[in-house]
Amino acid sequence: MLKIEGLKAEIEGKEILKGIDLEVPMGEVHAIMGPNGSGKSTLSYVLSGREGYEITGGSVTFDGVDLLAMEPEERASAGVFLAFQYPVELPGVGNANFLRTALNAQRRARGESELDAMQFLKMARARLKELQMSDEMLKRNVNVGFSGGEKKRNEVLQMALLAPKLAILDETDSGLDIDALKIVSDGVNALRGPGFSSLVITHYQRLLNHIVPDRVHVLMGGRIVRSGGKELALELEAEGYGTIAA
Amino acid sequence: MPAVAETIETVQSVTESGYKWGFETDIEMEFAPKGLNEDIVRFISAKKNEPAWLLEWRLKAFALWQKMEEPDWAAVSYPKIDYQDAYYYAAPKTKAGPKSLDEVDPELLKTYAKLGIPLKEQAILAGVEGAGETPAEAFPAGGRMPVAVDAVFDSVSVATTFKKTLEAQGIIFCSISEAVQTHPELVREYLGSVVPQADNYFAALNSAVFTDGSFVYIPKGVRCPMELSTYFRINAKSTGQFERTLIIADAGSQVSYLEGCTAPMRDENQLHAAVVELVAMDDATIKYSTVQNWYPGDENGVGGIYNFVTKRGACRGARSKISWTQVETGSAITWKYPSCILQGDDSVGEFYSVAITNNRQQADTGTKMFHIGRNTRSTIVSKGISAGRGQNTYRGLVKISPKATGARNFTQCDSLLIGDQCGAHTVPYIENRCLSAKVEHEATTSRIAEDQLFYCRQRGLNEEEAVGLIVNGFCREVLKELPMEFAVEAQKLLAISLEGSVG
Ligand SMILES: Nc1ncnc2c1ncn2[C@@H]1O[C@H](COP(=O)(O)OP(=O)(O)OP(=O)(O)O)[C@@H](O)[C@H]1O
Ligand SMILES: [Mg+2]
Repeated sequence: MLKIEGLKAEIEGKEILKGIDLEVPMGEVHAIMGPNGSGKSTLSYVLSGREGYEITGGSVTFDGVDLLAMEPEERASAGVFLAFQYPVELPGVGNANFLRTALNAQRRARGESELDAMQFLKMARARLKELQMSDEMLKRNVNVGFSGGEKKRNEVLQMALLAPKLAILDETDSGLDIDALKIVSDGVNALRGPGFSSLVITHYQRLLNHIVPDRVHVLMGGRIVRSGGKELALELEAEGYGTIAA
Repeated sequence: MPAVAETIETVQSVTESGYKWGFETDIEMEFAPKGLNEDIVRFISAKKNEPAWLLEWRLKAFALWQKMEEPDWAAVSYPKIDYQDAYYYAAPKTKAGPKSLDEVDPELLKTYAKLGIPLKEQAILAGVEGAGETPAEAFPAGGRMPVAVDAVFDSVSVATTFKKTLEAQGIIFCSISEAVQTHPELVREYLGSVVPQADNYFAALNSAVFTDGSFVYIPKGVRCPMELSTYFRINAKSTGQFERTLIIADAGSQVSYLEGCTAPMRDENQLHAAVVELVAMDDATIKYSTVQNWYPGDENGVGGIYNFVTKRGACRGARSKISWTQVETGSAITWKYPSCILQGDDSVGEFYSVAITNNRQQADTGTKMFHIGRNTRSTIVSKGISAGRGQNTYRGLVKISPKATGARNFTQCDSLLIGDQCGAHTVPYIENRCLSAKVEHEATTSRIAEDQLFYCRQRGLNEEEAVGLIVNGFCREVLKELPMEFAVEAQKLLAISLEGSVG
């Protein structure tokens, strides 16, 4: 279970997260919505350990372990996955090589055996097929020259391969066409189960028709200002954030 | 797995932090007295039982060298070298033809063991009689070409492998000293024909005192059935190494040659001034690949090899092709410009280079492409990576003569900076005297971005793995030119060379 208590964080002296309390039990999917600049991505970076953020208060545990004390790669191996709002390009680095290196690094850290090229390829092809993606994806350089939607799909492919325990999806739906949205959602739903939890950051209730959340939270001004069931997303869609802020 | 790959991989797995090949063997050496004068040149020549013409050739080079000035135009700085304070000849003592490994100097075997060279190969390297006569087909290398190794242990080629297989096709692959004895007419015809004695200060020095190196001759129409390989170690205290390599590809032939090396750690600086000459006749192709990993000195720049190399290939024949690929991770100072003289019409020159400087390493490297024949083409891809306080300079010359109609050059120089105390410099010279020629130059400088590192780490890679991956990506266009055996090594080497450069 992810447990965030009174989390405060600042960047370059500016406080962005102003005391966040949030619990995501294993097996649940929670959506986070909120206006631009409210701190959603900041929260995802703080949870995954990006440098440059100063934690000025509060705590975060995952399965009872202090997440904030861990290096980013340790968090990854512990099962924390972040689908980036803006996936990063790695020129010259083949997607297959990147994915296998990542998967094996995580497996090594967990004391599991590494996959050889053939085993990996077999596994990768299976995931590609589920996500209705072409094998070509593996041959290309990581995110280089990918369209916006392709980048997002590549994030979901990585998630499917790395099989995390906590997937933070930062606006993975933006930029996806209608069919892709369905496929990506199916990919997330396929992972759902007792060993999987997720924080789905989105601006659109449309996504939540496909990935039906257990809870919806509204993040504004660095705080969770409201939480509710999936119907909260519908309410937001209809009325905007104005009434909530009031 | 091919010999070289296996060797280097084993070395990497057994070693720990810092420079991974740092050990030294105490083998009884047969030294020439310290210093450099005409008598030393005569000593070397006599020791090698050379014909009179070669001694004359050396003496002429020595006379020329004495009148020359050490160049100072490269962007490297180092304390003045005292050429009189070094040995110019050192070789492991050979008892003629050991019958088995038991008879081989145990110190030599220990060195091989530390390098992780398989037993079978140790025997070949140590010159055990009868070893290495197994035909190449007997070494299944995962569908890859087998590798024939000619190891230069200090100055003397200890042994040559796969010789018999090569001989069957008329290929000559041996040490240059041996070639002087067995094929003097070839050596005499081509030695110094690409890099003349007076070419430059270090080439003149090499011509006077070169001790050994490899010799390759591929006859007309023959495609060399295996990658030819050599690796050097510098092993005797204060022994400058002056290899001389000569490769001749006769009309319609093809050869791929790999050069790689590691050296033991030591405190004083060591001079290395090799000369490599390549000659490609009509329709011949020579691919020359180097992975250079000599001791770069410690974090403070103490110790390390001074590497002043002259490498040049002559595309003499029409449609001939010479391709240089280099991965330079070692040495305190690298001064090296593998070049192509594109004489034959439609001949092709290529230069693919990765040079890494970390800590206080300095590299001034690049290439020269001389377009003389019509429709000659050259491609230059240089990737410089600087970390720590490293200084990396690309220096290149593309020269197009008035007769080289239709000549083309494409140059791409990319620099990657890691940290803010290092430097990258690009110095491209273009001299185009032909209107119909086309010269293109592209250059970029970038840094490893924080978001790239974080992206990799979020997926589970630690910081060093992430840097390794990103750097390998940056160098991909060059690495893919390497033969498989070397590509794997090179990738690891890049990562190792940059250890401790971030964070
Ligand atoms: N490096 C930085 N320096 C200064 N301010 C920053 C920095 N990074 C983020 N911020 C600020 O922090 C606030 C929260 O940004 P964040 O990216 O978390 O918002 P968000 O909720 O994800 O918005 P969006 O919906 O647009 O993606 C914004 O006001 C942003 O300008
Ligand atoms: Mg955001």
